[in-house]
Amino acid sequence: MTRESEQYDAIVIGAGHNGLVAACYLARAGLSVQVLERNPHIGGAAVSRQLYQNFTYSNCSYVCSLLRPEIMRTLELPRFGLQIIPYDGGCTMMQGGGHLALYDNHDALRREIARHSKRDAEAYDRFARDMIRQCKFIKPLLMREPPDPTSFKPRDIRELLYLGGHFNRLGEERMYDTLRFWTMSIADFLDEYFESEIVKAHMAGSAIIGTALGPRSPGTAYVLLHHYMGDIDDTVGAWGFARGGMGAVTKALAASLQASGGTIRASAPVERILVRNGRSVGVALADGEEIKARLVLSNMDVKRTFLETVEASELSGDFLRRVRNFKIRGSSGKLNIALDGLPTFPAIPAGSPSTRGDMHVTDTIEMMERAYDDWKDGAWSRAPYIDMLIPSQIDPTMAPDGKHYMSVFVQYCPYQLASGPWDAAKRQAFGDTVIDTIARHSPDFKSLILHAEVRTPFDLENEVGLTEGNIFQGELTFDQLLFNRPIPGCAQYRTPLRGLYLCGSTTHPGGGVMGAPGANAARAVLRDLRLAAT
Amino acid sequence: MSDSAGTAPHYTRPLLPTPFHERARALSQVDSFVPWAGYTTVDVFTNAGQEYFAIRNACSVYDLTPMVKYRIAGPDAGRYLNRLVTRDLRKLRVNRVSYCVWCNDAGNIIDDGTVFRLGETEYRLCTAERQLDWLLDSAIGFDVQLSEVTEEIAALALQGPTSCAVLKKLGVTGIERLKPFEFSCFDATGMRLMISRTGFTGDLGYELWADPRQANQLWDALMTAGRSRGIRAIGSRALNMARIEAGFLMPNIDFVSAEGTVRVGTSRSPLELGLGWLVDFDKGHFTGRRALQEQMRQGLQRQLIGLDIAGNKPAANALLYADRKGQREIGSVTSAMWSPTCKRNIALAMVDAPHFAMGTTMWAEVYLSRELVWERRMCKAQVVDKPFFAPERRRVTPPGDF
Repeated sequence: MTRESEQYDAIVIGAGHNGLVAACYLARAGLSVQVLERNPHIGGAAVSRQLYQNFTYSNCSYVCSLLRPEIMRTLELPRFGLQIIPYDGGCTMMQGGGHLALYDNHDALRREIARHSKRDAEAYDRFARDMIRQCKFIKPLLMREPPDPTSFKPRDIRELLYLGGHFNRLGEERMYDTLRFWTMSIADFLDEYFESEIVKAHMAGSAIIGTALGPRSPGTAYVLLHHYMGDIDDTVGAWGFARGGMGAVTKALAASLQASGGTIRASAPVERILVRNGRSVGVALADGEEIKARLVLSNMDVKRTFLETVEASELSGDFLRRVRNFKIRGSSGKLNIALDGLPTFPAIPAGSPSTRGDMHVTDTIEMMERAYDDWKDGAWSRAPYIDMLIPSQIDPTMAPDGKHYMSVFVQYCPYQLASGPWDAAKRQAFGDTVIDTIARHSPDFKSLILHAEVRTPFDLENEVGLTEGNIFQGELTFDQLLFNRPIPGCAQYRTPLRGLYLCGSTTHPGGGVMGAPGANAARAVLRDLRLAAT
Repeated sequence: MSDSAGTAPHYTRPLLPTPFHERARALSQVDSFVPWAGYTTVDVFTNAGQEYFAIRNACSVYDLTPMVKYRIAGPDAGRYLNRLVTRDLRKLRVNRVSYCVWCNDAGNIIDDGTVFRLGETEYRLCTAERQLDWLLDSAIGFDVQLSEVTEEIAALALQGPTSCAVLKKLGVTGIERLKPFEFSCFDATGMRLMISRTGFTGDLGYELWADPRQANQLWDALMTAGRSRGIRAIGSRALNMARIEAGFLMPNIDFVSAEGTVRVGTSRSPLELGLGWLVDFDKGHFTGRRALQEQMRQGLQRQLIGLDIAGNKPAANALLYADRKGQREIGSVTSAMWSPTCKRNIALAMVDAPHFAMGTTMWAEVYLSRELVWERRMCKAQVVDKPFFAPERRRVTPPGDF
């Protein structure tokens, strides 16, 4: 299939999880595939690195739920070493010393929530039911190409009919709910279920993670749903750890790819996507080396792909304007901390398993909104929302015996500071803000710190390649979802340049280490080549 | 076995003990407990078959405490309840009980339960599952106070032909005058008891409502009074046998609460569940009325019916077919058992129209294990009247001394 001048059927730019998923599917369909990664290590934002002694960090993404089971199964990821272990627990520690924990056991959970509100304890069932109802609607859409409603191609019409039929099966009331869900703010949404501030604050967390919006901003309810639509072994909404850190996902993908004959080159930064006559023909690396291929798949976000890697003269002005307008604001930071022992959290009663899950310290929606206000002002939150986990309690491979690894996701942290460019001192100050925030709830925490990696959105852009450090490769707001993701007319993995495809989270259905964009992109490629997908 | 259930935190021991737990645990021979509405309750004490015969032959004691209880009071309490449930509660007099169901706007059942009218403006609602969220939302526009009082009341079901005699022996004076669905307060052996002539067995029986602090005293007094009348503590398994014979429905077995369903088409209306007699269109508006009227007009697409199935193997979860070959699926069994009292193989089943008509024959696909060698049997089944067992003694006042 490869023409004489071409070295590969396909080049995939970026060895992140979606790039590797796409590469795997293409290789399995018989294509020769070369993945190019600019960093010396692969993984993109699903990476495990040892930066301090024998501690393994999940440097970027840190928990797993959305990775589509059909991908794990088809690509035989378990055979190549991937294991996802669900965790239970989770808690929010309150300013005054109280806490709300989440437990797997339904009765334990009800009694826990009832400590704060008897009514909320029962409303939680209604909340969970509505989340599952909506997830059931969204799930079948994840592994499909979003139809273009303006197109009259048989395939688009067929897909629109599928979408319509699927929507219809929801039942009237739930259709109303779906539209409300996709447009409401999480604060308004939760008010329809809960009365207790702490319950609302705990639930709202997933709605702002990675999102440059506050809990009172319309559109945030969908982000919550986005975090619920995964499952582990059919438990909807469950989250878990990849054994060995999130790098285990890309490590297994790389092994699966190599087993199907694909190759990966690290330290091979792509400088340009080569275009001839409106068609991509390969890439040029930073050192000038050119690699020719019939197809190029970009795992980079839409902005990085078209504003930085393709010659502007090859694209129309209108297209580039839309690319420029794509919202991809960075709002999240990350701390990875090596600890000399397990920190204590006095608010959590001894014996409660809630510290084995995600821990938080933001106990009101108001506090969350204030944290967002700081971001809008171009500063990191003085009292940030944190999503903090100690995976080494469950995964023994993450830290030496008796020591622990803590992952701290931080919302909000701006890409650009009002006070001028990021520098080492500011990064340090940001890290200190987060560490002080945790220390207020754990007196021995600071004394246990052996090493901390602090990453701002600026660092995420520079090190991982995510524009503005946006973890979803583009915000998950309704204007940038389905047939509008990333931009209208460019939502089916194909681009204005023939032979060039997008396969990252910048496309439908978005981020969260799902793998679906990569799988869908590969399917689009194979359809265009009239080849069957495995 | 040590027991720290009373004091252990919910995250190490999610289930609560009932006030009778100490006594129940002492009598439990096979350590078979099951969760029910947040409490740990006995499934089987010794032998479910023997426990079942205590219900039908003598007298059984069943710990009813986990039944969720709500106090509903205030000037609008009557109006509130009457709008909530499908039955006409305006006729419910003080000291009377009514079995009711309530629906969502779509006319699908949320739960069933019993309403006790404690006073002019005070009621108690007993349900199998928690409802606070729905009940509070339903209170919009009504002047009512609503609170869950489950933990404030210990409850025992005393069911079986000798139950009235046992209560008399306990010193409950005048118990024989209590009519079905009536309740009253009594003083007996130094305890104040509310006793209702209600139950889930379809037999003569009573439910005793007491102060949880007197739980042990009540249990002991009952056991002593009933010793010569064959009294026996029973678990949920025996009760379940009796309730199937009585044709009573079990939530999450025979239907799923419409508030909990996530799939379209899995909720059931009272008409579909064969509870049309509980729906009163003449009483004025109630939640779900319009949808139920529409369903009446259009006719039912499915209905819960009783089946008499050939052979003696319980047809649990069996799919039902119109033809013996099993090509036309028409429904499925929700509850099934061999009835030791009726000597029939009975079942409750949800069946599509028109196959739910009385006397219709169909085929149940039953899987049998013959020492782990599995066989598939197509067993002939016929739609029959419910309840399967309804002895006259359950209604007679005063009850005879059986």
